[in-house]
Amino acid sequence: MYVYDELDQKIVDQRVAQFRDQTRRYLAGELTEEEFRPLRLQNGLYIQRHAPMLRVAVPYGELASRQVRVLAKIARTYDRDYGHFTTRQNLQYNWPKLEDVPDILAELATVQMHAIQTSGNCIRNTTTDQFAGVAHDELVDPRPWCEIIREWSTFHPEFAHLPRKFKIAVNGAVEDRAAIRVHDIGIIVARNEAGVVGFQIYVGGGLGRTPIVGSLIKPWLEQEHLLSYLDAVLRVYNRYGRRDNKYKARIKILVKAMTPEAFGAKVEQEWAHLKDGPMTLTRGEIDRVAKFFTAPAYEQFPGDDAGFLAARSETKAFGRWVERNVFGHKQAGYACVTLSLKAPGVAPGDVSGDQLDAIADLADKYSFGELRASHEQNLILPYVKQADLLALWNELKAQGLATPTVGLLTDVVCCPGGDFCSLANAKSIPIALAIQERFDNLDYLHDLGEIDLNMSGCMNACGHHHVGNIGILGVDKNGSEWYQVSLGGRQGSGASIGKVIGPSFAQDEMPDVIEKIINVFVEAREGEEPFIDVFDRIGAEPFKARVYPAKAAKAPKEAVDA
Amino acid sequence: MPKLIVDRQIVDNTATLLRNDEAGEFAAVPAAGTVIVPLAQYLAQKAALTARGEFGVWFGPDDEPEALGADAASLSLIAVEFPAFTDGRGFSIGRLLRERYGFAGELRAFGDVFKDTLNYLTRCGFNAFVIREDKDIDEALKGLDDFTESYQSSVAQPMPLFRRRQLG
Repeated sequence: MYVYDELDQKIVDQRVAQFRDQTRRYLAGELTEEEFRPLRLQNGLYIQRHAPMLRVAVPYGELASRQVRVLAKIARTYDRDYGHFTTRQNLQYNWPKLEDVPDILAELATVQMHAIQTSGNCIRNTTTDQFAGVAHDELVDPRPWCEIIREWSTFHPEFAHLPRKFKIAVNGAVEDRAAIRVHDIGIIVARNEAGVVGFQIYVGGGLGRTPIVGSLIKPWLEQEHLLSYLDAVLRVYNRYGRRDNKYKARIKILVKAMTPEAFGAKVEQEWAHLKDGPMTLTRGEIDRVAKFFTAPAYEQFPGDDAGFLAARSETKAFGRWVERNVFGHKQAGYACVTLSLKAPGVAPGDVSGDQLDAIADLADKYSFGELRASHEQNLILPYVKQADLLALWNELKAQGLATPTVGLLTDVVCCPGGDFCSLANAKSIPIALAIQERFDNLDYLHDLGEIDLNMSGCMNACGHHHVGNIGILGVDKNGSEWYQVSLGGRQGSGASIGKVIGPSFAQDEMPDVIEKIINVFVEAREGEEPFIDVFDRIGAEPFKARVYPAKAAKAPKEAVDA
Repeated sequence: MPKLIVDRQIVDNTATLLRNDEAGEFAAVPAAGTVIVPLAQYLAQKAALTARGEFGVWFGPDDEPEALGADAASLSLIAVEFPAFTDGRGFSIGRLLRERYGFAGELRAFGDVFKDTLNYLTRCGFNAFVIREDKDIDEALKGLDDFTESYQSSVAQPMPLFRRRQLG
């Protein structure tokens, strides 16, 4: 993984000092709440329902065990002994004291971490495939490019106060696990026919109030021009993006208003001035960064480990965990392991200080000291020998991190919701937990196969409900909390936005509603068909008829009346 | 006399910023003293202003540097208004004036300008700052030293860190 040199470290250390001074002036009344707000947000600090919330950056999801130990220490010292992994591959603390934040940042800086630009109207943490560098289907490792983008976006002077937040995702594998088409800028790292690496640039995707799938505006961008081209896109957005209405301020609205073609042409016009300028990447820089992302000292294996294969078929529970939580590795004899943060009864993405310490130990023991955070709010050990999987599984079970449900209905992606977030219209964690409780039969869950269930407590869509096969959105109606259900969303290469099926439901109805939806799927399913394929085949009507029976029965009468 | 920061010095602000009147008409230009006129007024009265001398031009956040174009190189003072420090359009205006249109004179930020905004402004080409009246100008001056290193190409340091690293 990337390691700071003294210049990277100086920038982060100076930020700690700057924020310490800003916090002091705020507490002394020299900065008003209105002035401090954008400043603290650009440092990941929200004032939440119960307490401040601090979002720590995990650039493109990569973590070292020594960093995880510091995250554990901070959780224990400054919070209520836990942290929460988010859909941006970051970690947030829900209960720090404002006065302590400068000290927390100083602790983070000792392990090359920070909270820079994890919030606010600036370029946020760049995200990528949680299996980057190890995935069996990877074409190009996206991580060097993520790091190059991280450096470019950190304290970019021109784009510190954009019309709205700005998110970039990069993918380099066959399957798009970074959801690049629902980002402000989505980048595919690819190779052309000559084997040369370059980029396909999508813009204007995003969820929130107006979900839109991004458009391809640059089918091929040569690698040395990545940063000057990003400068051009951001400059067009900074100058012409709407600032009169925050709900219409995202780049997707500008791209839609201009049309992707006209937006792309405007970017080309701007880029013509920036192309070949000082931000043109040099071979030396690309090589410098790439060197941080070379393979670890793998042992050489001819193929799959025999002991592992035997254990997998002999021990059902282990086999089930392997099926769901172990992902194919590009190196023979190795595996990528997902540590599930979706244990029953625990808020999705939450992890305790003790668990963090245990995870750091496991990373040292089994995975060259490295980890990843996924946008599905789980953690990954990226370099596990197949021969170690059984032993690792046993250790994970003891820590409550072996819930074998990755990709299944109960691997719920869920924002913190109204229990914590001051933006939320409704709670989300209790609904996730109630659904997990209803579907607690592992055999049944495995039989159902892959189903993405995503839930957000408000329109800001932190739980990415639009791209869930089943999406749940908490809404406020006259001061009470209701839940709107959408079906048919998907992330990845064929990204699509789910459609709302009808009126919303009360909280206590939700497990029944989900069960009815699942029952329709099971009855209509042919063979091992995934949920989303069944939905595409039969459409929303059968699901609507089941969850709104009264309305369906009334329909013929209304038709007659009409 | 009101003060401002120019090239890291606190000096008197002797220029008069002219705004359009309530009906949107250009303000009358006084016979003497340095004035700063809106971009539209400059474009409309270019010959008269040039003959008079002692003037600058100011930009609102949605004024376009393209409208000034090559004239930028002949001016000695351009000011950019930041109605709110969170409105980042002025950053792009500064860079465009400096990097594309060859403006080499005093580039002045005014409006919602205080200590915490000076670092980014400097890097976008601003070298003069009218600090908000209710803020301490001496304290604000220190904001210029918050960071001594940066990654990107900027007006203050055209060589991005990755190019300087290779030299070092």
